[in-house]
Amino acid sequence: MATVAVTAERENYLNKEYGIRSWLLTTDHKRIALLYLASITFFFFIGGFFALLIRLELLTPAGDLVQADTYNKLFSMHGQVMIFFFLIPSIPAVLGNFLVPLMIGAKDLAFPRINLLSWYLYIIAGVIYLHCIVTGGVDTGWTFYTPFSTAFSNTRVIEAGISIFIAGFSSILTGLNFVVTIHRMRAPGMTWSRLPLFIWAHYATSIIQLLGTPVLAITLLLVVFERAFNLGIFDPTRGGDPLLFQHLFWFYSHPAVYIMILPAMAVESEVVACFTRKRIFGYNFVAMSSIAIAVFGFLVWAHHMFVAGISLYSALIFSILSYLVAVPSAIKVFNWTATMYKGSISFTTPMLYAFGFIGLFTMGGLTGLFLAALGIDVHVHDTYFVIAHFHYIMVGGAVMGYLGGLHFWWPKISGRMYPEGWGRLAALLVFAGFNLTFFPQFILGYMGMPRRYWQYPPEFQVLNVLSTAGSTILAVGYVLPMVYFLWSMRYGKIASDNPWGAAGLEWQTSSPPPTFNFDETPVVTWEAYNYEEIPAPAEVPVER
Amino acid sequence: MFDNFPLWPARASAGAANVDALFIFLLALSAFMCLAIFAMILIFATMYRRRRGVEAEQIEGSPELEITWSIIPMGIFLAIFAWGAVIYFHERTPPRSASEVYVVAKQWMWKLEHQEGQREINELHVPVGRDVKLIMTSQDVIHSFYVPAFRIKQDVLPGRYTTAWFRATKPGVYHLFCSQYCGTMHSGMIGQVVVMEPAQYEAWLSGGGTSGSLAASGDTLFQQLGCSTCHRSDSQGRGPNLVGIFGQPVQLEDGRTLTVDENYLRTCILSPSKNIPSGFKPIMPVFQGLVSEEQINALVAYIKSLTPSPAGGQGSVSLAPQPQYPKE
Repeated sequence: MATVAVTAERENYLNKEYGIRSWLLTTDHKRIALLYLASITFFFFIGGFFALLIRLELLTPAGDLVQADTYNKLFSMHGQVMIFFFLIPSIPAVLGNFLVPLMIGAKDLAFPRINLLSWYLYIIAGVIYLHCIVTGGVDTGWTFYTPFSTAFSNTRVIEAGISIFIAGFSSILTGLNFVVTIHRMRAPGMTWSRLPLFIWAHYATSIIQLLGTPVLAITLLLVVFERAFNLGIFDPTRGGDPLLFQHLFWFYSHPAVYIMILPAMAVESEVVACFTRKRIFGYNFVAMSSIAIAVFGFLVWAHHMFVAGISLYSALIFSILSYLVAVPSAIKVFNWTATMYKGSISFTTPMLYAFGFIGLFTMGGLTGLFLAALGIDVHVHDTYFVIAHFHYIMVGGAVMGYLGGLHFWWPKISGRMYPEGWGRLAALLVFAGFNLTFFPQFILGYMGMPRRYWQYPPEFQVLNVLSTAGSTILAVGYVLPMVYFLWSMRYGKIASDNPWGAAGLEWQTSSPPPTFNFDETPVVTWEAYNYEEIPAPAEVPVER
Repeated sequence: MFDNFPLWPARASAGAANVDALFIFLLALSAFMCLAIFAMILIFATMYRRRRGVEAEQIEGSPELEITWSIIPMGIFLAIFAWGAVIYFHERTPPRSASEVYVVAKQWMWKLEHQEGQREINELHVPVGRDVKLIMTSQDVIHSFYVPAFRIKQDVLPGRYTTAWFRATKPGVYHLFCSQYCGTMHSGMIGQVVVMEPAQYEAWLSGGGTSGSLAASGDTLFQQLGCSTCHRSDSQGRGPNLVGIFGQPVQLEDGRTLTVDENYLRTCILSPSKNIPSGFKPIMPVFQGLVSEEQINALVAYIKSLTPSPAGGQGSVSLAPQPQYPKE
């Protein structure tokens, strides 16, 4: 066992103060990021546990592991926990919180106390939701479709609705903080065209959070009121319209997909640039495609409703708009690929996640083309094809991006290196396990297996067994990083300030950074991704 | 072994082949795009892997390339859109001559009634080669009528009718699924569609004793509920004459003009004050909660069957076994 030479440690945001109060009352964006990291990891494993139970139930065609009602609660709560308590806050509230001020050369976010407030709102929402889980749970699906949720479900819909309503405000406040920070707090010389693409994508994400989330809040409030006071807004026997709910819900929940995927694209741009040692190909196009996604993302919500009973002509409009929103995503994939051309590529763990992201996001995006085609959507809507498609985007895309980013910035966050060999192994396990879990579901979906089925016809069993097998590999791939990240906080090699030789202001300060990020406010005189001026680091392995 | 592990769904309707064709095209296109992108990544990752003494070459980007890879995908996307839209248009427009089956969904079963009067639960018998239109509503929450072998799916909503149609092409027994989550036994809300040769179907049809056609039970109901006192088949009634109105435009008191379809009739029965035809008073009682979904279906089927008698005789009503639609 080699002993690490203990040098006199510099003061940084981690060792400046100790004690529980110094964390719970902190206004340091970096500490709040870590508070978020701990809390969303907790919810990730709860949601993952539900997912494993779902997969185990589906191992056999008969409903035998859990009761039908329990199964319905499991998939409902899996969706709500993963979306509202893990994916939506994941990259923005952890990596974004940590990095947005660092990347633009600011001391903190514009509203540090509001930043802490947004974490407390998240925690209040989380506690209410946990209470909902342990006192019986909710069985409406994550989508709360009326009139089932308002008049027929006898589970804790009101509690879940209020919890997500509150979580929404946490998300809104984070978005607000980012927008103001990016506008007002950039270091001298950090012009819009010199911003890292990470910032552009977070800016686009924040706009969606600000404009979309209030609609979700209103919608959930209507469900709660309808349930509590019998309003009749969504009740057809009293002149209400259940489809109105779907329009309102998807008006937020489709853009919410971009709240989850844009930040993953943000990470992708930074990691690909660093490990090809190049400026991102077509910087302007990648930046503008984020904005285009945020704008067009608001105009496609009814593609979730092609068989719901909307008019033929509105279906045509929403189908064509859905194809338009696919173009900026395609542009990004092409640009990342082109960035690798004549690069100097190393296969570190974050880069493996980046490769995985491109592969899985491409497949998720291409299957989106199937779903936007009206004639095909009629057949595969509400089947496992949809399940596979959105898991390729939200797990294959967003979670791969999150994990890649966590590895990439871990030296900066913790001041320690994670073990590279274990990191690569976990990345490969996640990729393999993911594909084995979700690829069979595309076939199941086209075969016609509907989603949210507790029991199913026996001819679907082989593919379901494959999927369940894959999910166990995936679980190992997700537990490993948690173990070695925790290990590395104590035993990991001490990280230098810029172990990857990366561009970006966050790498110019110490690892971990001091409380106010920079000893002197940096003055930016260079473009983003100026890799020709940065020496390649010794840490990054040279390939043979 | 392979029986337990099929990889392609049965194809048993006229529309299924169209859906499959587009699906296969998209599979090929996606496979090509995936291979192209993955091959590029693999080639770049090998050729340009980091080597000592070799620096990356900084390339700014290329507007020409950007425009190329925006415009070409856009063109392909629009073509896919058009193809998908044509299939959808076809799926959403039932032929006028289709025979009709009324479907009532409830937690957790399908109740079906043929226009000939046969009732079924969780089973639908249809002959090969006939266009069948489903007129569907729900008694409680939203359900969805899904037959994978026909590649059709339509949500079934409470409080209104939605429709779907198909023409079965291959005899056999196919899955009927509820595909919109509807509560505890959602996965138990399944059934089967039995496609039969026409002769077999006729035998099946005459096998079960029924109390007459759906329209005939609607007629009985029409008398029992007292509808006939106002809706007379001459022009003397206090309510509109219903003979031959189906499919026709109707002028309302508030100036709107609607076409009389199943949903219009349904609304007029349940909440008459919503649509008052021009020249009439809002005096009809509300039937919301007084008639069951099956009774509404029978009334609608009856009203649709009312056609002016061929002789043009005053006030005579012919009850046609097959509904005949007025020509536009």
